[in-house]
Amino acid sequence: MDQLLQHGLNALILGGTYALLGIGLTLIFGIMRVVNFTHGELYSFGAYMMFMWVMFAGVNFFLALILAVVLGMMLGATLEFLLLRRLRGADIDTTMLVMIGAWIALQNMEQLTWSGVAKSIDTPFPSAPLVLGPVSVSWNRLFVFVVALGLIAASYALINRTRLGKAMRATFQDRETAALMGVEINFIHTATFALGSGLAAAAGALLGPVFVVYPTMGDLASLKAFAIVILGGLGSIPGATIGGFILAFMEELGAGYVSSGFRDGMGFLVIIVILLIKPTGLFAQKERIG
Amino acid sequence: MTTGADVELAVEALTIRFGGLTAVDAATFEVRKGEVLSLIGPNGAGKTTAFNAITGYAAPAGGELRYRQARLNGLEPNAIAALGVVRTFQKTSVFTGQTVHGNVAIGLHLQSKQRPLAILLGLPSVAREERELAEEASRILRFVGLEARAHHVASSLPYGELRLLEVAIALAAKPRLLLLDEPVSGMNPTETASFMHLLARIRANGITVLLVEHDMKMVMGVSDRIVCLNHGRIIAQGSPAEIQRNPDVIRAYLGERYARAHG
Amino acid sequence: MKRWLSVTWLVFLASVPLWLTDLYVLHVLIITGIFIIAAMSLNLLLGYTGQLSLGHVAFFGIGAYVSSLVSLGFEVHLLPDWLVKVEAKPVWFAMLCGIILAGLSGWVIGKISFKVRGAYFVIVTVSFAEVVRLVALNWVELTQGPMALNNIPALRLGIPGVFEWHFLRKPANYWLVLAVAVICYVLIRRLVHSRAGRAMVALRENEPLATSVGVNVTHYLVVATMISAAMAGAAGALYAHYVRIVDPDVFLFIYTVTMVIMVVSGGKGTLAGPIVGGLIFGLLPEMLRAAAIKPEVQWVIYGVLMILVVYFLPEGIVPAVRRWWQGRASAAVGATARPPAAEAAR
Repeated sequence: MDQLLQHGLNALILGGTYALLGIGLTLIFGIMRVVNFTHGELYSFGAYMMFMWVMFAGVNFFLALILAVVLGMMLGATLEFLLLRRLRGADIDTTMLVMIGAWIALQNMEQLTWSGVAKSIDTPFPSAPLVLGPVSVSWNRLFVFVVALGLIAASYALINRTRLGKAMRATFQDRETAALMGVEINFIHTATFALGSGLAAAAGALLGPVFVVYPTMGDLASLKAFAIVILGGLGSIPGATIGGFILAFMEELGAGYVSSGFRDGMGFLVIIVILLIKPTGLFAQKERIG
Repeated sequence: MTTGADVELAVEALTIRFGGLTAVDAATFEVRKGEVLSLIGPNGAGKTTAFNAITGYAAPAGGELRYRQARLNGLEPNAIAALGVVRTFQKTSVFTGQTVHGNVAIGLHLQSKQRPLAILLGLPSVAREERELAEEASRILRFVGLEARAHHVASSLPYGELRLLEVAIALAAKPRLLLLDEPVSGMNPTETASFMHLLARIRANGITVLLVEHDMKMVMGVSDRIVCLNHGRIIAQGSPAEIQRNPDVIRAYLGERYARAHG
Repeated sequence: MKRWLSVTWLVFLASVPLWLTDLYVLHVLIITGIFIIAAMSLNLLLGYTGQLSLGHVAFFGIGAYVSSLVSLGFEVHLLPDWLVKVEAKPVWFAMLCGIILAGLSGWVIGKISFKVRGAYFVIVTVSFAEVVRLVALNWVELTQGPMALNNIPALRLGIPGVFEWHFLRKPANYWLVLAVAVICYVLIRRLVHSRAGRAMVALRENEPLATSVGVNVTHYLVVATMISAAMAGAAGALYAHYVRIVDPDVFLFIYTVTMVIMVVSGGKGTLAGPIVGGLIFGLLPEMLRAAAIKPEVQWVIYGVLMILVVYFLPEGIVPAVRRWWQGRASAAVGATARPPAAEAAR
């Protein structure tokens, strides 16, 4: 039973960051219909930014976190502006191929800059875990969980309570009408991509210090983000949040009780099974397929 | 409701719903062998929706669709085409990257009997059939008057010729019942007149035609019978003369339209 | 005229091992040839039928693993008390098993692709490849996991007592790969210039119109995926019995990406495209390595190249060259503007 509780707690914490990954991608995949293969690279970018600012520049941990997210957003905006703007009307395979090219280039640039050796990041948290009865959690992970929840809430508020969010949702539902109503479509696209990338970078910046940082860490993150988005339905932030937690639970329980080597495979099996049953995802909203 | 051998298409109490909206409401009509039947009605009356249901692109909520004796409900579009019921689309719909000849060759899909194994083995029967299909495609292009464009890419065609190409593709599938969805919309009067001649030739080949059209001059000129829809319901059916006089139709939309077409 | 050109080209290719003394270059050509076969198979699915399948490496790897396992023989517990034992079989039989099983998995994916469309299909195919990779990595009892399958036998063909070909050395493998590549090319060309090929293109260009004239969508999606998968499996089997070591890295996503780059840059939906793309991206790494450029830089170049190709040559190199050639020809003849013949004439 204790084991179950511990797995549950781990899953809860992991789920928070997975949710961030998922929300970021559901914004991009959902609104812009871009099969964003660079999402994982933003994740590792966030982690590497933490490494660079904390370990090299000696910047305060929490400040570095903010810096990583902001830089992630800027990188996302740059990618959108440089690569995607010209492809606005193109079909989905064209944008997908461009994203693949960008992903390869980004990942290998990271490899060149920092080499393939895994890096670890010092944290200001005490190393002794907090013991809560039968379960324990490290302070670092607790911090990650709290920040993740905060960012999830902030994203939700941004999309549903602000003018920017309203403009994004309008563009998502009907681009032409939104344009006619005076929404600046170019800006919305760049902002959405930047926001989604920022969330991925945040997830990476949060998890980087928990695990280690290496150039291919983004690949699995990318694929899991897609799994989450499919679980939750394209463009649905609550769906992505729930999806993130569900995936984390499946991984933790699967690793604990079935096979730890296959834990990463859980997500993919889930995707395949769900799409077979419901080809448009679990909480399908206004889907326009392909 | 005649159930004789001369009924090609029988539509009984067809009902189609989208979410909360009833697009077609218990429509009943039939298309008789060799005739040209036109479906008219204001925009949104449910004409294209009915087409979609008949040809398998939309699922009816209720009603029976029968082509000759075969039940069409629930069949996939390609199965319905194999029965001899072929449609065109309201929005221009061709294979844009292929040549005009290539487009028609695709339309000849059902006429071909090549088995996969024969294809892979490169048997001479395949090459022979390919030549025959190429001939047939050229013949169809001559029939609609596009033979000069045979090797041009479809995307380079002007609008009027694109619509002819659509008809050519549909004809390649050897329909016995041809459903044309607004075939002359956007055409100028010369092109429309030319199309009416084409329609007469199609008819002379024994093909029954079900037509959706807004151009009243053409409808009155080619139709044997007319069915008028409004808000998903049939409000009148009969000969062109009867429809012209029908007060419900005039009230719904025909009156001023017809006057304009003849004015 | 075109026939003679092809035959001359083929004779030239076949003669290479007779005069090429650098065995390393021969090795590179063999690997490139294997990738070209895989790229041609992907082209059938991605280029002609328009299916965004990004899990192609799964078929390649399945072909490699199945062929290796059958040729080595294996024992595995399918259930705790159910031991399945398979004796080592001749390599040609093992390769056939690899092709068939790859084809079967293609059948499964093909069936799925009808239900799950567009971007979702991309994700399903990527996930499928990842699952297969993780299975290969973790089902150690069967696949040896990361320790790899070693000492895979090379192909032997022949009639006992009369003659025997042992495809152990590089020249023999080169000819084997060339032969399989030619066979695959011919099969694809026949398919493309038939009713089946037209149906696939129709599905890619305008599916509702295609069904309205009788094209059965599921049927052709499945056929295209099956043939494509079987060919990729053949490439995998060739690979396994040439390098004679197979590990789960054969399922890495990066190899799918390589095949995609080859097809897209060469020209998807053309017969020559994957060959041109395959030659460029098969030989480019070697040329870059000779120039002492690190592999990471090479991949950055690939990534940038792919973006540039999509931007400036969206149809690929082969159609662009063809268009340029036709532009020159009609200019020389002094013809007035005449719409170019479409890519359908391939």
